[in-house]
Amino acid sequence: MSDTWAGLLQVAALVLLLAVSYRPLGDYMAHILTTKKHSRVEKVLYKTMGVDPEADQTWGTYLRSVFAISAVGVLLLYTLLRVQHHLMMALGMPKVNADLAYNTAASFVTNTNWQNYSGENTLGYVAQATGLAVQNFVSASVGIAVVATLIRGFTRNRTDRLGNFWVDLTRVLIRLMLPFSIVFAVILVACGTVQSLGDHMTVVHTINGNQSLYTGGTASQEVIKLLGTNGGGIFNANSSHPFENPTAFTNLIEIYLLLVIGFALPRTFGKMVGSHKQGYTIVSVMAIIWLGSLIFSTFFEVHHHGINLADGHAALEGKESRFGIPASTLFMTSTTLTSTGAVNSWHDSYSPFGGGAAMFNMMLGEIAPGGTGSGLYGILILAIVTVFIAGLMVGRTPEYLGKKIRPTEMKYAALYILTTPAVVLVFTGLAMALKGETASISSGNLGPNGSPSPHGFSEVLYAFTSMCNNNGSAFGGLSGNTHWWNTAGALAMMFGRFLPMIWVLALAGSLAKQKPVPETEGTLKTASPLFAGMLLGTILLVVGLTYFPALSLGPLAEGLH
Amino acid sequence: MSRISAPLRRHLAAVRAMLIFTVILGIAYPLLVTGIAQLAFKNKANGSLIKDASGQVVASSLLCQQYVDKSGAALPQYFQARPSDATDSSNSSDPGCDYSYSAGSNLGTDSASLKSTIEGRIASYAKAYDIDPTKVPEDAVTASASGMDPGISVENADDQAPSVAKARGIDMATVDQLVKDNTTGRSLGFLGEKYVNVVTLNLALDKAHPVAAAKS
Repeated sequence: MSDTWAGLLQVAALVLLLAVSYRPLGDYMAHILTTKKHSRVEKVLYKTMGVDPEADQTWGTYLRSVFAISAVGVLLLYTLLRVQHHLMMALGMPKVNADLAYNTAASFVTNTNWQNYSGENTLGYVAQATGLAVQNFVSASVGIAVVATLIRGFTRNRTDRLGNFWVDLTRVLIRLMLPFSIVFAVILVACGTVQSLGDHMTVVHTINGNQSLYTGGTASQEVIKLLGTNGGGIFNANSSHPFENPTAFTNLIEIYLLLVIGFALPRTFGKMVGSHKQGYTIVSVMAIIWLGSLIFSTFFEVHHHGINLADGHAALEGKESRFGIPASTLFMTSTTLTSTGAVNSWHDSYSPFGGGAAMFNMMLGEIAPGGTGSGLYGILILAIVTVFIAGLMVGRTPEYLGKKIRPTEMKYAALYILTTPAVVLVFTGLAMALKGETASISSGNLGPNGSPSPHGFSEVLYAFTSMCNNNGSAFGGLSGNTHWWNTAGALAMMFGRFLPMIWVLALAGSLAKQKPVPETEGTLKTASPLFAGMLLGTILLVVGLTYFPALSLGPLAEGLH
Repeated sequence: MSRISAPLRRHLAAVRAMLIFTVILGIAYPLLVTGIAQLAFKNKANGSLIKDASGQVVASSLLCQQYVDKSGAALPQYFQARPSDATDSSNSSDPGCDYSYSAGSNLGTDSASLKSTIEGRIASYAKAYDIDPTKVPEDAVTASASGMDPGISVENADDQAPSVAKARGIDMATVDQLVKDNTTGRSLGFLGEKYVNVVTLNLALDKAHPVAAAKS
């Protein structure tokens, strides 16, 4: 089979798997988020937590509950990392430094999973499984809970109640994440991903001496790392490591896992608002961006195939031989368009436009399909902006799904859109202005006089884009494990996660209070190819253009040079 | 209950929730998966380990090894893995494929140091295997992502085969057959790329045609 056909079939197989999952998974998630019945297990859990599952919360209470579990999560994970040398199966690893522990705790609670730690020589098995993996589950489920309130904002009328955070969280964890994870963890092990909690196994190598093997709960953590669009690797090399991702088949399964919830959530949205067409409109925009970006990066990587030292290109640098280029760009596109950030190849070594595409994918706000929950609320906010712009053109009060988009709603939407770029660009500017901090750029990417090359600037821009959008992938040459980078990074991740959540919940609260407006002749049809096209244009113009000046200093300067 | 303020009650609920979820998702779940994995797929779950005749674990078929002498020079009787940046930075003689330090180079395409590194690798590969420098396989001179990549391209293996055959004093057909036996095609026929597993190939060579020098 020719390389081109194999590459195309690979994409086709993935699209088929996702398409087959769209309806059942989307409908199932809608059921989880709307049913009135509590299972027996859940009742016990609510009792132990001391919460009343029947209480309906206002947006403010819901938000404070999100903050409460996140604050407790940061403290708990920080503590676990600081005392890991006292835990079982610590493998003799010392406690994690204070600033690295803080950065890692913030990273996992915000669903970013930026890796300043290097798993196999920093963390014991218990710290990984009870610390990192638990936050993988929880942070992913918090995202879905928050988007549920935004959807309820559209479906509920004249109320200030948006649901119960504890119920949403528990159900997503127990009914969705856990069973899915068990099934896929076993599939991964069957294909070669490791899962062994025994002590370091010694491998006797006749030539280079003995080596210790790190295994741990890799398969169980790998699944939720991807399913929950988290991305923090068990190993430093993340999903390029053969113990995490042993074959091209597991590679396909892993890409499927990181996309499946994001692509099925529009179905959940359509089902809850009572119009599947609304869901199809949103999912089609997601799919177009995903496919477009995939074609773009694959073209540039394949185009630069071979070693061209005059151009400095060597496309296989930082890629695995069992995956090759198509399976690497497929992973790269999917991981940066969701908030996953797991990598099976190093984005730092991609061609300038290939790596630039990874950055641009995150800059769009990770909405195609985005992180679990966060992708859908991101694109719904852009849909609101789109109806607003369309309303301005025809001079009518904009409406979306029977709710008026008034100045209040627009303020929250605008705040949402402005927050992330502001944090990304301010932190990038700050890092570049601080001479001591640009020293973290990998020395190979510094110019002759020690000033950063365009690629060096890209490392910094990529870092803050990734942290603030809660992605977690990196141009890994940057040494982020320093006081300044650990601290600034943790702040960027928290701002990038929680500020937008405030605007989303406030918006949901404001929408739910309205009474519905009946659809008339003049109402803009939001379930149509025309609207999908307008939404696509808004995404590219409003969000994409914000970063154009910064991109032109980094990947564009490098690629056109 | 009503005497506790609402914020305190909320945070207590959060603490309890985190503790319960840690027990379910952080302890019970990985133990369950480990149990199933160890019962049903013991060898794979433990890292696809390969043992020698005496039962000693000598390799994982998933992780590369370096076949170099103390000075870092390639041993001609072995097929060489891809360049690996998985090294302990505090140990300058670490040849790579170090299981504790999985990593790639992370150098960008405009990096002068990546350029000179690749140039050096092309020159030594071309010299060692008597290949035209413009025809050196790409995977042989670029570092893998994980630094653990046990695979090389078929072209790379074919280039190295004559030199291995010569060093071991065996005929080419034997080596070619072993290369073929240790080649993995695309998963399901269309996923990923075809590759030759250097680790299993070298073990097969040692088993079938041992050389005294291999023990040095």
